[in-house]
Amino acid sequence: MTAVAAKKPKQRAPAKKTARPAAARAARGAAPRRAADGAHLQREVEALLYRQSEALDGKDWKGFIDLFAPGGVYWMPPAPHYTSWDGQPSIFAEDRDMMTVRMKRVTHPHAWSQQPDWGTNHVVSNVVVEKVDPKSGDVHVRSRFHMVELRRDELRHFAGAYRHHLGRTKDGLRIKLQRVDMVNAQAPYEYVLQVWV
Amino acid sequence: MLQERIPNLKALVEPDRVHRLCYADPDVFDLEIARIFDRCWIYAGHESQVKKPGDFWTFQIGRQPMVMVRGHRGAVHVLYNRCPHRGVQVCGARHGNAGEVLTCSYHSWRFHYDGTNESVPLPRGYEETTFAGYDRNMKRAPRVESYRGFVFASLAGDGPSLQEWLGPARVAFDDICDRSPEGEVEVVMNCYRVVQRSNWKFFMENQLDAVHPSVTHESTGRAAADVEFQIQRRTGEKPLHYHMLSAFTIPFEKWDSLETIGYPHGHTVLGGYMGLRPQDPDTVAYEKVLAKAYGERKKEEFLSRNIHHVLVYPCLSIQSPLQQLRAIRPIAPDRTLSEIWHFRLKGAPEAIYRRSLWYYNLVNSPATMVNADDLENWQKGQWGLASEGGDWVSFHRDYGRDKVEGDVLRSSNGCSEAPMRNQFRAWLQYMTAA
Repeated sequence: MTAVAAKKPKQRAPAKKTARPAAARAARGAAPRRAADGAHLQREVEALLYRQSEALDGKDWKGFIDLFAPGGVYWMPPAPHYTSWDGQPSIFAEDRDMMTVRMKRVTHPHAWSQQPDWGTNHVVSNVVVEKVDPKSGDVHVRSRFHMVELRRDELRHFAGAYRHHLGRTKDGLRIKLQRVDMVNAQAPYEYVLQVWV
Repeated sequence: MLQERIPNLKALVEPDRVHRLCYADPDVFDLEIARIFDRCWIYAGHESQVKKPGDFWTFQIGRQPMVMVRGHRGAVHVLYNRCPHRGVQVCGARHGNAGEVLTCSYHSWRFHYDGTNESVPLPRGYEETTFAGYDRNMKRAPRVESYRGFVFASLAGDGPSLQEWLGPARVAFDDICDRSPEGEVEVVMNCYRVVQRSNWKFFMENQLDAVHPSVTHESTGRAAADVEFQIQRRTGEKPLHYHMLSAFTIPFEKWDSLETIGYPHGHTVLGGYMGLRPQDPDTVAYEKVLAKAYGERKKEEFLSRNIHHVLVYPCLSIQSPLQQLRAIRPIAPDRTLSEIWHFRLKGAPEAIYRRSLWYYNLVNSPATMVNADDLENWQKGQWGLASEGGDWVSFHRDYGRDKVEGDVLRSSNGCSEAPMRNQFRAWLQYMTAA
């Protein structure tokens, strides 16, 4: 649990009061204008991250993909020094079309590797809003995750950092680019990663 | 020992079937290490992995921890990664630059890049001892050779030269390099490593198994074909990288029209199928660059080699048209490490590299939608062969129809199990050699 998350119960009441106007602006695609919106933005961003990890753990692949903006990319570089997915090796570098291939694959009745028991459990934490672009309203967020995966009778543990570049759309915040740095990105993989982490 | 439990190794391999112990027995595995991996030419790496003097990359031959090091005058050395003092590994990182000399972290014994001892600290401690006669050099691989930039080492002092041993399988490296207008490739400095919980031979057999793709990879092929179709409806174009996945939907009949060619030493080639010579503007521009470099006739010769995959037995799988290379390192009878690389064609347009990159990311990364199902098959296969539910593995498909020309074994058709038979022909020769 993070410090931010631990404070949550105390802040719940005042945060609710400020939620409406900010939410209304968000719905219009506008950026939050006042510093007082910071707490709301924090909650809004956290809600998105939690929703994303719940989509993964709940195998709601469509829900996961829909959190990406049109043209949004899910990217897992092979090492920390990479600065772009474009033209460089990537463990994942998938737009919504390629994510759809992955979704259709794992839900196909003949996705043999999905026959054994398989599931994940994500925890997302240390959520920090790094920057809000005053013009576009784009939000840059970093966070940390732990993920435990069951495959057949065994658990695997993955951990790392997320960086979400979020944009405002008519549906609220959506992901323009999600960078996933696994702490064990360069280590040998026992088996492979079947879906996004 | 093996000889007691299995009196006749030859009884494990028949022309059209092999015994499960070839895959699941620890003694057979030990013998494979001794007679195959410790004797063959084993892939060390590409010269461009170690560009500057002192650059090193560690790897494994059989059970031996090795290190490939670039020397001062350009030579590439392959050493046992072991300090002759107390046995400590000298290069602790997987790769890097050694600095001025290779230095052991324990007592600072220092070595030139070719393994010869540079210095031992506190020389006075050795006065009046027999140390003068002690070999204080790092041990070198007995033989190191490279072919078109691809470095191999052999732990055996004698044997055929690398080129003799590769024989016609040299085409893997010729095909990959001749696609560059400069005749050379450069490694992209990223190595994916995936552990297969199966015997190393599962991987080698699978690479040229033309029956499995439409079964094993049906889910990925169908999914990619669906999305490819949607994209084409939306934009009027089919991106080439979707075809890399949707190609798995091609029917048995198409696979069956291919040919595999088995060469001595287990090396085997599978003919091309992917249609990777499209006539889009990128390819046309690239072909002009090649024609300028080599002339029209040579260019045609280079681009019309019909290759999908080359196996360099026992440890390499090369897809030269897409500049992919996978090296396998056996760890245990039921455990194999794969090291996965791709290459840039020097002097070729960026668009051509992008194709290689797409394949590397989509098919060969640790998030592969393709090998996910292969690894599952091989794991289940390993369990089956460790069981007593049956003793034999069948390689009967199209047996008796192989076309034998001297020591070359051509399959009658793509779905023939001739590539497996060719590999076991070599396996038995290696395993029973004195």
